[in-house]
Amino acid sequence: MMRRNTKIYTIVALIIGSIGVLSGCSDDFVDVNSEDENSEAFFNSEQDYQDALIGAYDLLQSSYINVMLGEIASNNTLAGGESAIDVPGIQEIDNMTHTGVNANLRDVWNWMFAGVNRANFLLEFKDKTDFPNRNEVVAQATFLRAYYYFELVKFFGDVPLAVDKRLLFGDQNTVERTPASEVYAQIEFDLLFAANNLPVSQAETGRVTKGAAQALLGKVYLFQDKFDEAAAVLDQVITSGAYILIDDYASSFENTNENNAESVFEIQYSDIEGAGFGCLQCSEGNVAVGFNGIRNFNGPLFESGFSFNVPTQETYDAFTDVDIRRDVAILNIVAFAEANQDFNNGSGVSFTEGFEHTGFFNRKYIPRVGDTNIGDQNLTNPNNYRAIRYADVLLLAAEAHNRGTGPDATALNYLNQVRLRAGLDPVSSTGTTLTAAIYNERRLELVGEGHQFFDLVRTQRAAQEISGFTVGKNELFPIPAIEIALAGNRWAQNAGY
Amino acid sequence: MLQRIYILVFLLIPLFSFSQNATLSGSVFEESTKIPLIGATIVVQGTSNGTTSDFDGNFSLPNVKVGDVLEISYLGFLTQSTSVQNFNEIIIFMEEDAASLEQVLIIGYGAQKRKEITGAVAVIGKQTIEDLKPQRIEQAIQGQVAGVQITSNSGAPGSGLNINIRGISTNGDNRPLILLDGSRIEDLSVVNPADIESINILKDATAGIYGVQAANGVIIITSKKGKLGSGLKVDFSSYYGIQETTRQIPVLNATEYGLLINEARANGGQSPLFTDIGSLGQGTNWQDAVFEAAPVFNAAVTVGGGGQKSRYTFGASYLTQDGIVGGDKANFERITARAAYNVDIVKDLKFDASLLYTGTVRSGVLENTIGSVLYNALNNAPTFSIRDATGAFSLAEGLGNEVINPLAQLENTYNEGTVDRISGSFGVSYRFLENFKIETRFQANYADVDGFSFSPTAFYGSGKVFNIERNSVVESKSIFKDYIFDAFATYEKTFKEDHNVTLLLGNSISQTVGSFSGFTGFDIENNSVANASISQATDVVNNFPNGNASFDSRLLSYFTRLQYDYKGKYLFSGLARRDGSTKFGPRNKFGFFPSASVGWIASDESFLENSSSIDFLKLRASYGIIGNDRIADFGFESSLNGEGVYVINDALVFGSAVGTISNPEIKWEEQKTLDIGIDARFLNNALNVTVDYFNRRTEDLLVTAPVSGILGASAPGSGPPIVNAGTVVNKGLEFSIGYKHEFSDELKMNASFNITTIDNEVVFVNSENAFIPGGSFGVGQDFPSRMEAGFPIGYFRGYKTQGIFQNQAEVDAHATQVSALPGDIRFVDVNGDGSITVEDQTNIGDPIPDATLGLNFSLDYKNFDFLVYAFASVGNDIVRNYERFQPLTNRSTSFLNRWTGPGTSTSSPRVTTAATANTQFSEFFVEDGSFIRIQNIQLGYTLPNKFTKKLKLDSFRIYTSVANAFTFTKYRGYDPTASSGAPIGAGIDIGFYPTPRTFLVGLNVKL
Repeated sequence: MMRRNTKIYTIVALIIGSIGVLSGCSDDFVDVNSEDENSEAFFNSEQDYQDALIGAYDLLQSSYINVMLGEIASNNTLAGGESAIDVPGIQEIDNMTHTGVNANLRDVWNWMFAGVNRANFLLEFKDKTDFPNRNEVVAQATFLRAYYYFELVKFFGDVPLAVDKRLLFGDQNTVERTPASEVYAQIEFDLLFAANNLPVSQAETGRVTKGAAQALLGKVYLFQDKFDEAAAVLDQVITSGAYILIDDYASSFENTNENNAESVFEIQYSDIEGAGFGCLQCSEGNVAVGFNGIRNFNGPLFESGFSFNVPTQETYDAFTDVDIRRDVAILNIVAFAEANQDFNNGSGVSFTEGFEHTGFFNRKYIPRVGDTNIGDQNLTNPNNYRAIRYADVLLLAAEAHNRGTGPDATALNYLNQVRLRAGLDPVSSTGTTLTAAIYNERRLELVGEGHQFFDLVRTQRAAQEISGFTVGKNELFPIPAIEIALAGNRWAQNAGY
Repeated sequence: MLQRIYILVFLLIPLFSFSQNATLSGSVFEESTKIPLIGATIVVQGTSNGTTSDFDGNFSLPNVKVGDVLEISYLGFLTQSTSVQNFNEIIIFMEEDAASLEQVLIIGYGAQKRKEITGAVAVIGKQTIEDLKPQRIEQAIQGQVAGVQITSNSGAPGSGLNINIRGISTNGDNRPLILLDGSRIEDLSVVNPADIESINILKDATAGIYGVQAANGVIIITSKKGKLGSGLKVDFSSYYGIQETTRQIPVLNATEYGLLINEARANGGQSPLFTDIGSLGQGTNWQDAVFEAAPVFNAAVTVGGGGQKSRYTFGASYLTQDGIVGGDKANFERITARAAYNVDIVKDLKFDASLLYTGTVRSGVLENTIGSVLYNALNNAPTFSIRDATGAFSLAEGLGNEVINPLAQLENTYNEGTVDRISGSFGVSYRFLENFKIETRFQANYADVDGFSFSPTAFYGSGKVFNIERNSVVESKSIFKDYIFDAFATYEKTFKEDHNVTLLLGNSISQTVGSFSGFTGFDIENNSVANASISQATDVVNNFPNGNASFDSRLLSYFTRLQYDYKGKYLFSGLARRDGSTKFGPRNKFGFFPSASVGWIASDESFLENSSSIDFLKLRASYGIIGNDRIADFGFESSLNGEGVYVINDALVFGSAVGTISNPEIKWEEQKTLDIGIDARFLNNALNVTVDYFNRRTEDLLVTAPVSGILGASAPGSGPPIVNAGTVVNKGLEFSIGYKHEFSDELKMNASFNITTIDNEVVFVNSENAFIPGGSFGVGQDFPSRMEAGFPIGYFRGYKTQGIFQNQAEVDAHATQVSALPGDIRFVDVNGDGSITVEDQTNIGDPIPDATLGLNFSLDYKNFDFLVYAFASVGNDIVRNYERFQPLTNRSTSFLNRWTGPGTSTSSPRVTTAATANTQFSEFFVEDGSFIRIQNIQLGYTLPNKFTKKLKLDSFRIYTSVANAFTFTKYRGYDPTASSGAPIGAGIDIGFYPTPRTFLVGLNVKL
């Protein structure tokens, strides 16, 4: 009995004890913080800065959609795809019937601003911790911010500008659209800082260089018709001797010839990680490549894709027969099939015709055989996007000299370097004839690379070249209607939409 | 401990029996309180030999022999029968009748007689659960309780059901708090329904004693316990059934399809594809090929008993269920085992312990998404055969990138999720100084969740998104651990005879931690599932490269409750709870949530006391505030768990990036609930009626809402923040009525009916946004659903339609509609600006029913029992979204009535391969989802006593039933009860896996 009582007392004591323990449980019990690193307590070492910088680079890969839309909106290509309702946003842009409700334009908006915010994350804390090459790290970040803002200002005109601070939750209710001229001013400022603090060449492939910053700055000047500033900075890229036009044009878009001597700035992609349609911006591969691919293709060299972004007959015919660039830039699928009748023991090449089938594909950016094909294989193609090629720099410089104070001789020199490599005879025109020649050369040299629509717009040629283009409206794309609503319905929509 | 229980078991098994007439004496007690019952009737079955218990509950009954069956009855308690084994004094513990007013219900850290409860509480007894034979507990609640709506997002075996108590009150998590013997559970599939004694549902603010997470109501599940003073009782039940689909969606056969395709191509300016329509015939019926009859089998055994101071129960069960789509590739298997033990160590010191193990293994097929098995069965062309001439599965060429051969898809589906879960609980209570009781409980769960999937190399046709060139295997493992530790004290006293006071004070802490890991590997040898494991794969990738794959969430609560009544007639209860949650930032961690309720038992007043018509009448009202914290962890702080990956030197470099956008200001969502109710009983308790009016106002709704893209929420690994963004009101009426009648000893009936009306309205949405979009329709189209002030939550927003353009003149006369041609759907120019734009999109329906109804009827005749349970929903809309509308995909037979020229159709548009606005989200895709479902029809037969006695059994019953027997609805999809659980985006049907119709035969044996 004694023993039993002891037991009971023990249990009662336990109950009372546990009540005591619980009552003594202070409010600290629910003070738990995430084990993940807090973003506000970061940037304590160079590695932290390097890590944040990688995060800022990441969104470059999502600009594949900008490149596609820059072609599809232009006179170079048709939307294609499977049917008239395959990715309606892309179809509408091709037809110039796009409105504020367009999932693809919203992607451009969201992803480029995501890039801006990641660059600004680093730049907001740029003075927190010092380390030897901090300015060089900061310069990469300012380049990236400029790159993203340049995309935004090209597509949408006035956009909210944030400098060295993130747009945080709540800011969307107060921030205004900044006039495009101010956005351009910041882009120039950022690129100048980058150009002054970046090395001519980087030890690690894929990082931004001085030449990339200067070339982009030249392009940004040209977009504002600041011809002399453009000419000056582009000339620096050319005279730096850091870049050449590579002889073997045919191989310049192959995966084996990435980051070559002509490449001033290149967006890096890889096929070693999977991706899905649920998060296209998460892919480490070039999503545009799969979208551009030949529909249901079975044959040598290439792999299948979704047959978007198909060049028109007119684009194909714009090349002369001797122009070596034509068959590098544009795949004539019928001719290709004829040339490969022996494929697969004589069964030949097979493919199906998608919507708006023209018989042509954007050969620079369609899937190649030989990648690892990790699923979804259409979304994980490793083809790097040659964002700024030396040929582009030469043509930009030629245009800057021709349209600015000159001389045309310099312009001609640059233009003819490009023509020569293409297997064409030099030209010797001047003035507006030369301007037209440069424009034409830009189109042919850069077809499939996403520049044409914006080139047509900035040179006021869009209305004559693009059917359905409305002057005073289609120079800019509409701000996604949902984005206007989510920012409190305070922003005016772009004119005409 | 287990050893001791075994010893007890053996001690309690009666060893000897005699056969002679003698006097039997014993006593009768109330089971829960151990108070003697005065005036209980004890009769030898089939004779007039009987007596009643005296003031101390004692009785003695002469002339009894071994083998006689004693029937003991008492008002408010279940009648018990027990066979006489010997002439030792017997002790009978009477169990309260679940329907009785005297029944004691658990109300949270205490119990109260049903009569005196002032909150809105509904009870489902074990009889209902036994009748319905659910595979999951939710199925037993469906249609039984006013105000509780159960929807399924899938009819696949083992899939979850959504429980909504009194409407959709939050855009976040609408699940009620579910407690199994006091232990919190999230996934009801771990519980074997046959183990359940009763289910209590707290619907109003009095649930607030449970504090956070009780905002959506509380479901209290009590498991079966052994009975005091009974010998070893064994209860065995088993059933076997065959499941089938209730419906196929009628789609075009090959001939109809060929004609439609040619016509669409002609309208799109293309040449015909099928030149010999006559040769097409019926073609392939893909749904026939995909659906199959699938078996389900269940067996459960419970062993229990008890002495005078202790009770024990052991149970085990096994369930295996195949899917009607996918067969054993959609199998669900569950094994449960449990043990419970309660003991009164001394009179005032009680101890209980229980242990539950659940093991489930579930496989599944792709469902309810574009490219899911049923979606493919509906959209694949009937002109394709299942297999080609070589015997290989046919390719779905030309049907878009998502539609593939569903049988090939099934063959390549290999996945398995395994859950091993162990729950344990211990509780001790001690009563002292007459009026005081202290109690502490500790409950803990451990769950190990393993996932496996293998994606073999497969080719379904050119460009298909499901094509896999390189096979891969995924293995994942998650571990969840949680505990709740409660301690509370109760003071109970009656002052001056009539003033009864109960005061409760207590606190509770809980913590849940979890960790996740997973790997993906490639290049499995021979493309064979037999070789599929990470250890045999190459290029293994860690699936959690960024951030910490673990969480830790905690709650700290203090609570108090005062209950007072005067003469048991005027009732009051007030409670307050202070909760602290790790989900909120330093400024908003703690919330204070009070509630109060009053009741008046009018039937105890002198003017009604002797009423012959009214047996019981109670009026009650409650009002209170409950907090809700069901959101993701750490939404208040900005963490670097996003994805920042780039390619440097041709290799992936993993950097740092912000994850989900943070909102330091997030605070408790608050629900303010008013309930006014009446409980009444008439006709000698044969008729009982409950009526409730409720008004739930949810403020500071916690929502993950899309935010402006300028904040960077679309970056990889990021996402929109959680915000307090609105107010939603749910109000309605609940009415339930039950009637039982005994025509004679041999013919008894029981009928009940309940109806709930719900009026859901969003009152306010964070004014900057004005609305929150959600859901998805078609491919690349805008969000079809919205939460917006003035509308029901998740209403459908699209174009109103007004017939079909019959001719060009009608097109010209109408507002400008891009690409419109004769035969196209005419959209209504809602704002009257002369052109059809997004501004014309408007409310075209909502998924919330105006009313839900339940109707239950049972009839017992002699040894036969029969029942029919039905439930219904009125006024909910469903969006038809299971057609891909690619140029060559198949369509439903509604397109047989398509427009082909002036006057041919006013409802179904022309078909064309060219661009058309007819696929834009409009009323054309919204259907009335009202339905009545006969949920269960059952016929059972219980062997007469004389046979069971010979077989030495207590009872033996066999039955047959049909679950989900019929559904009456105009809805053209598979299953109108299906809905995704998402508040914004519910009611959009992408080819839900339908709930099967199940034919069962089964038996229950008690010995």
